[in-house]
This record gives sequence, structure tokens and C-alpha cells, in this order.
Amino acid sequence: MIKPDRITTTTCPYCGVGCTLQLHVKDDFIYKVTSPFDAPVNQGNLCVKGRFGYDFVYHPKRVTTPLVRRYLLEGKPKPEGREQVYAVSVDGKPIPDSQVSNDWDWVETDWDTALNFVADNLVRIYQRDGSDAMAVYCCAKATNEDNYLLQKMYRALFRTNNVDHCTRLCHAGSVVALQQAVGSSAMSNTAGQVIMNDVFIVTGSNTSENHPIIALQMKEAVQKHGAKMIVVDPRRIDLVDMAEMWLPLKPGTNVPVFSAMAHVIVKENLVNWDFVKNRTENFDEFIESLEKFTPEYAEEISGVPAEDIRKSARMYAKAKNGAIYWGMGISQLSHGTASALALIHLAFLTGHVGRDGTGLNPLRGQNNVQGASDMGSMPFHYPGYMRVDNPENRAKWEKAWNIEEGGLSLKLGLTTTEILSNAHEGGIRALYIMGENPMMSEPNLNETRRHMTHLEFLVAQDIFINESGAFADVFLPATPFAEKDGTFSNTDRRVQRVRAAHKPRGQARPDWQIICDLALRIESRLGVSTSYWAYSNPEEILREMGSVNSDYAGITYERIDKVGLIYPVPTLDHPGTPTLFTESFPRGRGKFHPLDYVPVREEPDDEYPFILTTGRLLEHWHGGTMTRNSALNEIYPEARVEIHPADAEIHGIRNNDPVKVQSRRGEIVVRATVTEKTTVGVVFLPWHFHEAAANLLTNDALDPQAKIPEFKACAVQVFPARESDLPNPEVILDRGRY
Amino acid sequence: MTVTFMMDGKEVTAQDGQTLLDVARENGIDIPTICFHEATTANALCRICVVEVEGMRVLQPSCIVKAGANMKVQTRSEKVIRARKTILEMLASTMDLSDAPEILTMMDEYGASDERFPDAVRRESEVKDDNPMYIRDYSKCLLCWRCVQVCADDAQYTYAINFEGRGFETQIGTFFEKPIPETTCVMCGQCVGVCPTGALKPKREFLLEQGKTPAEISVMNTGRKQRKPR
Repeated sequence: MIKPDRITTTTCPYCGVGCTLQLHVKDDFIYKVTSPFDAPVNQGNLCVKGRFGYDFVYHPKRVTTPLVRRYLLEGKPKPEGREQVYAVSVDGKPIPDSQVSNDWDWVETDWDTALNFVADNLVRIYQRDGSDAMAVYCCAKATNEDNYLLQKMYRALFRTNNVDHCTRLCHAGSVVALQQAVGSSAMSNTAGQVIMNDVFIVTGSNTSENHPIIALQMKEAVQKHGAKMIVVDPRRIDLVDMAEMWLPLKPGTNVPVFSAMAHVIVKENLVNWDFVKNRTENFDEFIESLEKFTPEYAEEISGVPAEDIRKSARMYAKAKNGAIYWGMGISQLSHGTASALALIHLAFLTGHVGRDGTGLNPLRGQNNVQGASDMGSMPFHYPGYMRVDNPENRAKWEKAWNIEEGGLSLKLGLTTTEILSNAHEGGIRALYIMGENPMMSEPNLNETRRHMTHLEFLVAQDIFINESGAFADVFLPATPFAEKDGTFSNTDRRVQRVRAAHKPRGQARPDWQIICDLALRIESRLGVSTSYWAYSNPEEILREMGSVNSDYAGITYERIDKVGLIYPVPTLDHPGTPTLFTESFPRGRGKFHPLDYVPVREEPDDEYPFILTTGRLLEHWHGGTMTRNSALNEIYPEARVEIHPADAEIHGIRNNDPVKVQSRRGEIVVRATVTEKTTVGVVFLPWHFHEAAANLLTNDALDPQAKIPEFKACAVQVFPARESDLPNPEVILDRGRY
Repeated sequence: MTVTFMMDGKEVTAQDGQTLLDVARENGIDIPTICFHEATTANALCRICVVEVEGMRVLQPSCIVKAGANMKVQTRSEKVIRARKTILEMLASTMDLSDAPEILTMMDEYGASDERFPDAVRRESEVKDDNPMYIRDYSKCLLCWRCVQVCADDAQYTYAINFEGRGFETQIGTFFEKPIPETTCVMCGQCVGVCPTGALKPKREFLLEQGKTPAEISVMNTGRKQRKPR
């Protein structure tokens, strides 16, 4: 038996559930992960990623030495064009790549050299082209403290709001809809309250794979507490096994389906009039817009039988406690905001919000996407969702950051996708990427690649050289969750501790220390008085943020040492707020918004007859920087396209056959999984695999308000292909799980 | 509703539905447990938690027997201690307890000898190493059933494993003895989390025990077994 040197309690770095992990460490090596059975979020349960997926920390390809391109080190001009160079061998040493100019070789260096190159180049470009040339991607994987500092650095030193992160690509539609309708943008209730629901709707979320522990609670609600579950999803996901109703809608037809449910609730007078009268506004205008959304009209568009829409609407409306849980299937559409509003209307009509066991619950994807958004890693908001175009908000942060009056920018920044599409002369010239991987996560990757090559200077701060870091000029080796302290805010708004299990490997440094070191170098080059970067620990950073953002004002590391607090926590003796909107909404009354049906931007036609919808797998995480460098990759080694047996037969495709999936923007070759998990006319691809990246195919059409791309629906064709066309023909998935 | 009864000569009170084990723990009375776990449904499989209840013919498993009015319960009578000692001795003579420190401590406490049944057939089997996440060493399994429970309705609702075989041949297994990756298993490892004897163990812990260094283990993770398309 192995005796651990220590057991470190921390928070899982994968999804937004925020499970408590205990890392068992021997000789600075985590050999086992357990979870305490009294853990507030997960009660000792974990998923495969949380329990076994931490080995990326020790992967030989992890970079733990600062790297710069040879041209920088030798003082040469930047070579023409920008190449994607990984050039790190299995033992972590940079190797020259004969395909590329030697000037693009990675060269190992020290922190001083690397940070000076970064500071010199960022300041040079800022002084030449001004604030609008600067942009930064914060990171929903990093801690609250890391994110707060990075947006502070860009806002305070470069005076730009071109600050965004991957929330834009996941729940931006939900965030904007919730902001418009209620004035807040997080889950209204905690996920644990699902066992208090009698009826709940799960839509656009394959919860079993993407929030595995919440799925367990949903199953428990059904099996042990008598709740009824309604699944509205184009895929026959695992939860359907336990659902009372499954409404298999065509991708992108949420607005008609949920508006038809609202139509039924109104026509059959199942409305909670007290709630509508006392808590909402704009009802009359909304009712007018609802008239055309009959269940029959919705059936015609979505393929969901009108009778099932009626039955579901009645079940939800008549519930004592009804709740809605939703995922990317709602928000990742060119009308993502409207889709989320359609759900919000259901809660308004029935009053299923503002009490325990009810609510509007967007399940947030990343471990800290809630926190990164709270920290102001967004182009329109300072920390605490304070609009940047409001001079009063600006004044507060100018005071906090020691900036002259009127110094911070009032101009709304560019969003994630806009930052890259503006990468050209006269647009964005320098980009700083902390932890993100746009070369996997952006839609229409061929276009993204072109934009990446147009950047003048690119910094990557990460643990591996991923598909995006391979374009960088300087690589700053940061630490993963297991080597740093801080906090994550989970999807429940629960702020929990992250603790280092051992010292950083090699020369890697925690992100917050890298940012502070760099910010001081930038300040001295700019010759400005300091905005303060001399933090001795991450808690000081959180306290500085909390002194202006009242949601976090009452949070100290001591208070969350054992159990996290659910914000808003306005004072040091406040117990936290698990259920929001009990008395009123942050904007006062909840606002109904008249809706119209807008089809997805690219509908199937004769040339591209399938709808492609994309999503995630239990075993992998997003762009794959962590999980593709883990044993997790061994249990799910390849991308597979799911196709319905009826469609497969027509196209002569058998299970495991190689097929080419082609859209107007790109093509990939993968093996087929012939399965009724998908519906007729719809094919599904996971987007974790760089060798067959689903996002080469997806459409970069944006929601006009939220600027979220339409990942969930584009038109594709599927052709049989040859084994030799596969990126890795020798690899084949051999799993029995659903 | 509450009931009052006697436990070890002391008057104790129980809420309706509480088991004798619950009441004992609330009153600081130590009853050993092996198969019982706070996160799983109690099954009274291992019988180490038995107590003597006056008027009942045989010893009663305290993890499932509900407290009743006017019961007279002995948690450490001679009969109880003899039963626990025998259970431990039977376990020790048929299985490998080297990864079960809590049970080894119990053996010391009860003076149980691992040589009581020298002719016993040991339940031995090869280590099942069929996936990159965890190994199954059923020589160390005492059939507490916790892994099956958390795989089913006590947590995961996945139903990948169950009992197979009968009587002495009983073992935990997958349907049709398929390797783990080919079953419905999602590799959550809830089973590993509740295993009391080290029969289920994370692969990396296992490798470390086999004498591999962290550096060697990290390199092993990068190469996956390549399979031929079928």
C-alpha cells in the first residue's frame, strides 16, 4: 500500500459542476484522486475525467520552460507568414522542424528574456497603433484571480476592452437573454435542487456526458423522488431512458417548440397570473407575438408531434416545482438569445422561478466560466457585470486601479470571434492567449487559421503547445490546477478553493505570478504609475476585486476553506444565496420579449442534405489540450460521426466505415457510428479532435446580439471514404458505453 | 415518533426508522462495519456489525435492523465477539487483506488469527488489467457489494457490473465477462471510491506499487494500444 505524503483538497478542473477532489500525492506525483462523501456538490461521486484525468500534469509534452522563436532571440526581423509549429518532441525538448524556416524554431530561454520580449513587443505595438490593436483571451479554465488580473492588465495598461473568453462560444446567448429578461446571468438555483423538482425540462444538454454529476442528481430525482423529466433534444441522449417525454426537435427549432408550449399554457389558461401581474412586464406585446406559435405550426417546423408539445406544456405548467436546465443546444445558434428567451418565458408564465426547486438554469460548461465572466473577462463588462460604457462604473475601477480620471475606455470591446476576424493591418495586431485554444474552438477553422497568420505578435500562456500556441511568438509555461492556489466559481455560483498539490514542474509559474511580473515590466516601459501588482498571494487579488464587486465582497479564503460560498455574498457575515430572484429580479420586473421564428442560417439542401450538430464527449474536454494528453485519450481515441441507421442505409454506410463529412467550408474523414442516438437527417460530431476537427465544418454565422456562433447547425454531406483517408486508420474505438 | 430502548445497559432514544447502528453511533458506542457505507444502501452482507437482541434467536445485523421500543441490545456480548472474530478469521483465511488496514486493525482488536482455518481454499484470481483507468484484483474482494451498488441505483445508474457465479465461486464481474471498455462502464470509478479492500484500484496507484517510477508511468500513458479495425 502506498502512503501519501499528503492529501490536497481542491476543486475539479473540468466541468462547471465543481466537484471536490482529494489529490493523493507521493513524491510530487498524484497517483490517486478520491472525493469526500460529504462534498457539498458531488457527495463523493466523480466522473472519469475528475477521477482519472489528471495525468496531463505529468505528460512529457508539457512545456515547462519559456520558449521564444529564434528570430526574436537573434534580433532578426519577423519572418514572412506565420507557421503553425509545435516542434516539441516527446521528451519536451524543442526540435527544429526542417519544413519551416529556422527563424521559427522554438528556443528554450529564461523567464526574464521571454517576459522582456513580450513586454517590448506589446508596448511597441500599443504605442504605435493604440488600444484598438491590443486584445486578450482570458481563460475559463484558470482561476478567478488569474482572470481578474489579466483583464485588469489589458484594461488598466492598454486601455482596451478587447477582452473576452470562451463564454462567447458557449453561453453568450443565455447570458444576453438573461440580462435582457431578468438582469442577471447565472443559474437562478443550484443544481443540487433538482431533487426538489416535480417536473423538469432538460434541453440542449447531454447532461450525462457534459455535467455527469448533475445527470446523476437528475436520475436520482426521477428514480427516488418521483420527478418527471422532459428531454427536448435532437439526440436520443442517455437521459431519455429515464424521461417521461422526449421531444426530438430538428436542430435550431427551439423557438417554435418552446413558444408553442407557451401558447398552450396561455390558451389552456395554465398561466400563473399572480406571477405575471406582479413580477413581469410587456406581457401584452408578447401575447400578440405568441398567437402564431400553435403546436401544429411548431410541429411543421420542428418535427415534434403537436400532441407531445401540449402534453409537455401541461406537465410543466401544472407542476408544483418546475425547473428548466439547458445547455449549448439553446445558445449556440445564430438566434441563441431568442432560444433562451423562449425558455425564460415559460418560467415567467408559470412562476417557476424564485423558489427552491424551480428556476432558470443554464448549465455552465467550464469549471470556471462563471467565475471568468464574473471577473470581467468580457468586452462589455467590468468585474461584477458593470457595463464598461457607464462612466460611473468606470470611475469605480479607475479608483481601484489608480488610474487618472477618464483614463479607462468607455468603448465596448470586441468579442472572441470578432477579435480574430479583425486581425489585420489597422485592426488587432497583438493577441495574448491565456489557456484558450481558438484554433479548435472557433467555428470555420480554415478562416480562423487565416486570421491567426495575420497577427503581428502572439503570446500563448499555457501548459501545452496546442493548435493555437503553435502560432505564437512567445510561449509562457503556466501551471495547471494542481500546481496553483486560487478559486473557481462553479455553475451554482459556488466559489470554491483550488489548492496546489505540489510545486510547479520545471520552470512553470502560476498564471497570476506571470501576469504580475509582466504587468510591472509593461508599466516601467510605459512610464506610468502602478495599478498595483505586488500581491503576495492570490487571496489579496480576490479581496481587491471583492472591494468593488459586491457579489464577492463577503468571500475570504478562510470562509471557504471547507465549504464554498454561493454568491451573492455581499458582507463578511452573509451566508450566501443559493436561490436567486425570491423577491424581485435584478432589473425589477421580468421582461417578456416578443419572438419570431428565424431558421438556422444554413439549412440543408440537395447538395448538403444533412444537418450537422456538434457537441462534447464524456471522455474529452473541449479543444483537447488536457484530455488528448491523458490516458483519457486511450479510452476515446478518435472522432466519430454519428449517423442514423436509416440515413446510413441510403448512403451505404456501415458501422465503423470511414466517411468524409463535407460542408461548404471544409471536410474531414472520420469513422461512422451508425446509431439511433441521432435522429434522421441529423449527424453529430464531437469537436475535440484536431486531426478531424468538427469546427472546420461549422458555420461562423453569429447571433446578432450575443455574437455567439452557430455551432449547433450547419449543412453537410456524408460520403463513403477509404481507410487510407482516415487520419489514423489504425485507431478504432472499442467501447460499449452508450 | 421516537422509541426508547436499552443498548449495553444504557437507555437510548431513536427516531422512527433509525437502525441500531445509527443509534449506537449517535451514542458513541463503537460497532465495527465492513460492507456498510454511508453512501450505499445497507445490505447486511458481511455480518461484522451483528449485535445480540434479547428474545431474538440469532444475532442481528445492526446496519439494517430498526430500533424498536423496549429492545434490549448487547453490542459486545461474548456471543457477538465470538461471531465477529470468526467472520474475520474466515475472511483472513480465504482472501488477501493486505490492502485493508481497517480490517487488519479489527483483527488485532478481536484477537483474530489468520491461521484458524489452515485448510481453507483461498479465493485467488489474476489481476484484471483491461483498461487504462483502474485494475480489478478479486483476490482482495470480500464481496461487500458496494461497487455493484454505486454502479447501479446508489449513484451511477450504469449497471456495468454484478455478482456472477454461485456460493464460494461468487465473484464480481461484467456481463458475459467482457473487458471493462466493452461494457456499459463509463469509468467514473465510483466503484473504486467505495472499495474497502483495494480490490479496485486506480491504475497509476497500481503501477506505483509495482515499482514503476512516476517518470516511467507518465511515458506509459502516451502510448495507446493500437487495434486493428474489425
